[in-house]
Amino acid sequence: MSLLELNNVTLKFGGVTAVNDLTMSVEEGQVYALVGPNGAGKSTVFNMISRFYRPAAGSITFDGHDLLKLKSHEVPQLGIARTFQNIELFDRATVLQNLLVGRHRLRRTTLVEEMFFVGRARAQEREHRLAVEEVIDFLDLQPYRNQMIAGLPYGVRKVVELARALSTKPRLLLLDEPASGLSVEETQDMRWWIDDIRRQMGITVLMVEHDMGLVSKVCDRVLALDGGKKLAEGTPAEVQSHPKVIEAYLGTGAISKTANAKGERV
Amino acid sequence: MRFHFKTDYDHDIRLFPDWWNFSLYAALLAVMVALPFVISSFYLGEVTNVLIWAIAGLGLMMLTGQTGQVSLGHSAFMAMGCYTCVILMEAGVPFVAAFVLCGIITGVIGALIAIPALKLHGVYLAIATLALAILADDIIVILSPWTGGVNGKFAPDLMIFGYEINRWVNPGAWYYMALVVVLVVTLIYRNILRSPLGRAFAAVRDSEISAQAMGVDIARTKTMAFGISCAITGLGGALMGLFAGAFNNETFNFLLAIQLLMMIVIGGLGFIHGAFLGAIVVAFLPQGLSILTDQMGRGFNIPGLEMGVFGLLLIAFIIFEPHGLYGRWLKLRIWLELFPFARRDLFRRQKSYLKTERLR
Ligand SMILES: Nc1ncnc2c1ncn2[C@@H]1O[C@H](COP(=O)(O)OP(=O)(O)OP(=O)(O)O)[C@@H](O)[C@H]1O
Ligand SMILES: [Mg+2]
Repeated sequence: MSLLELNNVTLKFGGVTAVNDLTMSVEEGQVYALVGPNGAGKSTVFNMISRFYRPAAGSITFDGHDLLKLKSHEVPQLGIARTFQNIELFDRATVLQNLLVGRHRLRRTTLVEEMFFVGRARAQEREHRLAVEEVIDFLDLQPYRNQMIAGLPYGVRKVVELARALSTKPRLLLLDEPASGLSVEETQDMRWWIDDIRRQMGITVLMVEHDMGLVSKVCDRVLALDGGKKLAEGTPAEVQSHPKVIEAYLGTGAISKTANAKGERV
Repeated sequence: MRFHFKTDYDHDIRLFPDWWNFSLYAALLAVMVALPFVISSFYLGEVTNVLIWAIAGLGLMMLTGQTGQVSLGHSAFMAMGCYTCVILMEAGVPFVAAFVLCGIITGVIGALIAIPALKLHGVYLAIATLALAILADDIIVILSPWTGGVNGKFAPDLMIFGYEINRWVNPGAWYYMALVVVLVVTLIYRNILRSPLGRAFAAVRDSEISAQAMGVDIARTKTMAFGISCAITGLGGALMGLFAGAFNNETFNFLLAIQLLMMIVIGGLGFIHGAFLGAIVVAFLPQGLSILTDQMGRGFNIPGLEMGVFGLLLIAFIIFEPHGLYGRWLKLRIWLELFPFARRDLFRRQKSYLKTERLR
């Protein structure tokens, strides 16, 4: 059984079929990429896994659990963490506080313990802090620890969001365009981090990424989507050389898909 | 400029980051404790009033400043706290127990009311809660057999372990009582902020989407925020009614809720200090204005002047200093610490990233 399975999943927004009869499965330990032109439905797949959207048809299971039975805040309890395409951090809090929110699902204190800071409250804070510091060390965020998110540069925010997701101690990490908007050096760092996340932490990664260079370096498997439909699936090399994929990207043939591209990436 | 050299994680968990900070608050507490021996009983009453406003303000701050939910209905919970406390006392419950209970009861009822109300966002939530505040008046009249309706109620004598606390006989004791409540409420507030719940509040305030992705149950968190907020505001309301000595259906009208909200915005949303600074403004503004109008000459009297000035202040703060008085003070402090190296645009607000189409 695969860790994450989507079976014949379909989602429509009014007239637009964002995801059309998609079947895919991610194995434990893999780094799996979703690629495709703008508007292909990649983020929509993530949002269905996070239970922000409910598919009209099909099923999604994680480690045997039916995700469609859960509410979105229950999904992280199973060990699924994610980042967002347009960074969604807690802006009026520090980096540290953001990462500590990541530990939310692991809290054990009651309201009374928290109100009077007695019992497990203090020990728990130390524990959370220790865990979060490991993530800070891993991603070199030490200089930013006590800074407010609102003042941080874009590249750092991107890393903070990854850090926050890692703080939840996930089994599956969903990264929506982890390298978009990053400089060449930052993209390099991201590449090594994703490698380490898989190798050292044993976390399965499902990512959306437009940078095919990065995809071919870190991913085992790639699935190409267009118009919500699966075009091809396989190793990065297989998918990149697949004629349908080339057509979707370069717009050979009758329809020019590039006219669709919204130039959303910064 | 002071530097913190942190050597263990407890530095960040403690209530006071360093000795200097601790000494400042210890000194402030010493001044507060010494106050009854220094100032006249009239001014002591005014300071007690500030403390009471601060308690009610801290309640609303928890909801609006920390969790980002606007309420224009908190006067209803002040009333609920006050009536509950007095009704319990009239039923023979000792004051201390009645006071604690009225907070808990108001909190629980507030949380129950929140469950449907919190499905609403922003301005809709504000309107729904405002409706609640306006309804409270009628509900008090309808419940006349218990509440005394338009005739109102008199505050019973307050006894704490056999010691009578009377505003006119021993104003110092009343003041100390308010001070103790302020300290306990502030401590609880701080504790919540440094716990998972407080961070969940901030998460809900700043991004509901990613709060959910971190496993924060939005509905539950908002309900908790509303409950805790109502409990604290209820305590403030109870003190306000008891301090006034008599109250009826008009005492806690919706203007009070609006004033409370304006107060925390002027003081500084999201800061404990903000509730106190705002309370000082609210409590002393009428005094300041009456001194001013007295100087303008006799017969100079503008109806609604107080609310008007208050409103203008609010608008000025929203435009020029959204972080309120406390934000102003923080900037002043940084400027002083850096002197003479502060640059002109040190505090220029950063353009924030556009957050449209969040999920895409
Ligand atoms: N909330 C929504 N309401 C209506 N339509 C939506 C919504 N979210 C996505 N869509 C539509 O669904 C389709 C897929 O969008 P999605 O965001 O999944 O694309 P994507 O593959 O992530 O693209 P990009 O590379 O631009 O991020 C698009 O046509 C989009 O306009
Ligand atoms: Mg997308």
